[in-house]
Parts: sequence; C-alpha cells; structure tokens
Amino acid sequence: MLRLDAIDAFYGDVQALAAVSLEVGQGEIVALVGANAAGKSTTLRVVSGLVAPRRGRVLFGGEDLTPVAAHRRVERGIVQVPEGRRLFPFMSVVENLLLGAHPARARAERASTVEYVYSLFPVLADRRTQLAGSLSGGEQQMCAIGRALMARPRVLMLDEPTLGLAPVLVSRIFETVRAINADGVTVLLVEQNVRQALTLAHRACVLESGKLVLQGRARELLGDERLKRAYLGL
Amino acid sequence: MDSARRLGRAQIDVLAQLGVSTVLLGGIYALIAVGLTLIFGIMRVVNFAHGEFLMLGMYAAFWAYDLAALDPYLVLLGAIPLFFAVGLLTYVLVMRGVIHASHNAQIFTTVGLSIALQNVALVVWTGDFRTLRPWHSSVVIRVLGTAFNLSQVVAFAIAVALTLALFAFMKWTHSGRVMRATAQDHDAATLMGIDTDRVYRLTFAIGIACVGAAGVLVSPLYAVYPTAGLQFVLLAYVVVVLGGLGDMVGAMLGSLIVAAVEVLGSYVFGVAWKEVFYFVLFIAVLVFRPAGLFGQRGAETLGV
Repeated sequence: MLRLDAIDAFYGDVQALAAVSLEVGQGEIVALVGANAAGKSTTLRVVSGLVAPRRGRVLFGGEDLTPVAAHRRVERGIVQVPEGRRLFPFMSVVENLLLGAHPARARAERASTVEYVYSLFPVLADRRTQLAGSLSGGEQQMCAIGRALMARPRVLMLDEPTLGLAPVLVSRIFETVRAINADGVTVLLVEQNVRQALTLAHRACVLESGKLVLQGRARELLGDERLKRAYLGL
Repeated sequence: MDSARRLGRAQIDVLAQLGVSTVLLGGIYALIAVGLTLIFGIMRVVNFAHGEFLMLGMYAAFWAYDLAALDPYLVLLGAIPLFFAVGLLTYVLVMRGVIHASHNAQIFTTVGLSIALQNVALVVWTGDFRTLRPWHSSVVIRVLGTAFNLSQVVAFAIAVALTLALFAFMKWTHSGRVMRATAQDHDAATLMGIDTDRVYRLTFAIGIACVGAAGVLVSPLYAVYPTAGLQFVLLAYVVVVLGGLGDMVGAMLGSLIVAAVEVLGSYVFGVAWKEVFYFVLFIAVLVFRPAGLFGQRGAETLGV
C-alpha cells in the first residue's frame, strides 16, 4: 500500500536517510525503531511531504507521491501525528478536532467522526471546550491522535506517541492504536518503547544512522540477539 | 463642597464631547489596525505598506466622487472586493516570494512596496492635497451637548460593523479556524491537509480589504495626498503593539486607548503634541509589557 523506494534525505549537508526502502501493507501495523537521530522521524516526514527526499520515491497505492504537495497527501489518506503532539494550543479541544477534518472527504462526515473519536477517548468529550494547551500530556496525545483520525486516514503515522507519558497511559495509547488498526486503518509507528512496539506491531524495521539495518516480523525481532543488546538492555 | 458639584455644565459637556470623539476615532483606528494585526498574527510579516493601501482607498473614494459624483459609502461596496483583489495580487506578485524568508528581507520588501506606491501616486496624481465634501460631511448632529458630523458617525458605525464581522469570521467559521491554526503552528496545519499558501493569500487579501475600506471611510474627513497613509499607519503600529501583536480584541481596545490619548492630549496640550503622547505610550509598552497590554504572555511568538 505504502512503499519507500531507495530514499536519500538531507537536512542541509547532513544526510538523514541513505537508501531507505520499506513497505507497509494494507491493514498492517509496522513499527520503526532505532536510536535517537537514526532517521525514524525523517522517514515519516518524507512520507507526509514535510521533507522532500533528494533521491528516491514514495509510492502510495501505486501512485508516485513526489509531485504531490504535503497538504494534498492528507486528502489521499496519509495522516501524521507529529512528534510532541503539536496541537493548536490556543484553540479548544473541539476546534482542534474539527480542524483535523479539513480535507473535503473528511469534512462531510465530521459529525459522526467526532462521535467516534469521543468513543475512543471519552475524556476528550469532557474537555471539549478547554484550551488544548491546558490539557495534561496524556490528554494532549489523545487529542492529537483524535485530530488525526478526524481526517479519516487510510495510513496513520504516529511519531513517538508515548514520549513522556506515565506507564499506565503508555499501555492505554497502545491499546487504542490496536483498536484503530482493528477498524481498518494501516499504522506506521515510530516508538522508543521498543519492546511494547514490537509486541503490538506485525512487522518492524530497525534504522541505524539513516540506514535500514534490520526488518522482519515483529515477534521474531523481539528474539533477535542484536536488537536485544542494542535496545532492550538485555 | 465636593468636586463633582464644582463641575459645571460646560465641563461636563467638554468631557462628553471628548468621550464621543474618542469612541468615533477609535472605531476607525480599529479597522485600520485589525488588518495590520491580522497580517502580522498569521503571516508573521509586518506590512510596512499598510498605510499606502489606505491612501489608495482614499484616492479611490476621491476620484469616484470627483469624476462620477459617487458617494463614498456607495464606493465602499465596490472597494471591499476591489481591495480584496488588490491584496490577492500583491500577495502573489510580491509577498509570496518572501513569506518564508528572513525578517530583513520581508522588511525591505514591504518598505520598498510602500515607497513605490507613494511615488506612483505622486507621479500619477501629483502631491496636491485634495478634499472631498459629500453632503453628509457638513451635517452636524447635536446630542446632549455634544456635536459631531454625520460622516464621522457613519464611518464609525461601518468600521465597527466590519471589524466585528471579521472577528466573527475568525472565531466561528471553518476558514477562520484554519487561519488561526496556521498562525499557531504552520507545520501542524500542513499535516492537517491545510494549504498554507492559500491561507496566507486569503489573510493578506482580507487585511488589505479592511484597510482599503478604512481609506474610503476616512476620505470625507481627511485630506487625500500620496503620503496620507503615514499619519494613520504610525498610530496603527502603536495600536497593534499596545493590544499585543496579532491579537484582534487587543487591537480594538488599543485603538480606543490611542484615540483617547490623542483626543485628550490634543485638548489639553494642543494638536501638535498628540504624536508625542502616543509614542511615549508606545515606548512605555515596549519597555514594560512587550507582549502588549492585553496580550497573553508568550502568545506573540505563537500567534493569535
């Protein structure tokens, strides 16, 4: 469904990705793991169009996305929850959610999608008129995921959704991602909780200094000796 | 004897007159300032050519009256869409190229645009002071000991209506929400599928439509000449800083404060002093409350 084809990406002169190729199939959860600055976020930003690759292509359902502007990719159904939530802090929860339904395709159904988001995260319904900037970290993350769901994604990309959250909230977010996937949304997940990410995902890719060094079924990677040493602290 | 009893009939009349003058002037300043603060708040660009669009609005009203005997309030109906289009065109031809450039590049661009427009006006229409006197500018209304002319009242009423309409648009429509979201986080807005270039185009066009409309509204009250915009835009900067950069409600309140300072200062010390007073106010705000009197601290870097 989503394919990256030999992507090279740079920030100025610094190379962030070198010949990264990976594929995400319809209905899958794929986890991207790796150390800080390994290129995980950059990979998501290349797919969403915020970073233009110097070489290589991104294909979505067979279509080359290279000439498609970032905001148009959202209309195609590629939606990213950015790292650090990036809510609109001086707007209310419900305003943030409604903004998520900006693409024409999603705007028509926004009343029913809001109800769906409230059913996933009942706390957002209670806080609907509160300014997004005043929510707790966990609530902000729920609001950010809810806002992305408002766009009716076909592929949902999550960048470090559990960063800085208490363990009980981390589990809650992971359960929700599983539920969203069960509703038919393909998920590409960047996570630093490697063990939990690998338990949740169907497949995983390991990035190291901008290169894809390992990929395979998540369950098998959980037992991989190299990965255990590098990321699981065993 | 208490001080209230010592206030004679004449003093009360003066106070009432000063109050009315403040409100009338403040309404018009608000319309000039909201366009400026809107463009700044959402695009992070200080439009130094703002006053020149006001001047063009004044000329549009002058020529429509001079050549076709059209009343400025009638001209306003055509001027709003006209200046909206002028704003769109200016954005596409001039502003788009510097929207993501450094502040220096943006300042040079809008200052350059300002000088260019002033000089085009000078070449085309000469430096003559021109005045238009439609019938309503000589109708004096007297209420409870205060006097003001009809043009002032109508200009005030229309300016306030336009300002409130813009405020409602920003607060309650989807497009308004999209504009505020873009101001608060450009990249996050892009990730919501928002075409930020379109948002900037719309923002600039609305800002210019506001100031163009203000130019038409003040044309029966002030002389029209190529640098006529300067006197207004200088105080619009004071208003915008006073109200908190990018804050629309702040801009409305700031307009009233600047108008009060101008009216009171002119009455007590003479008209020549009025600019001294509001620039002292300006400097004081910059020193003591750089986020503005009403601005949320930190909001000036994040937008509305």
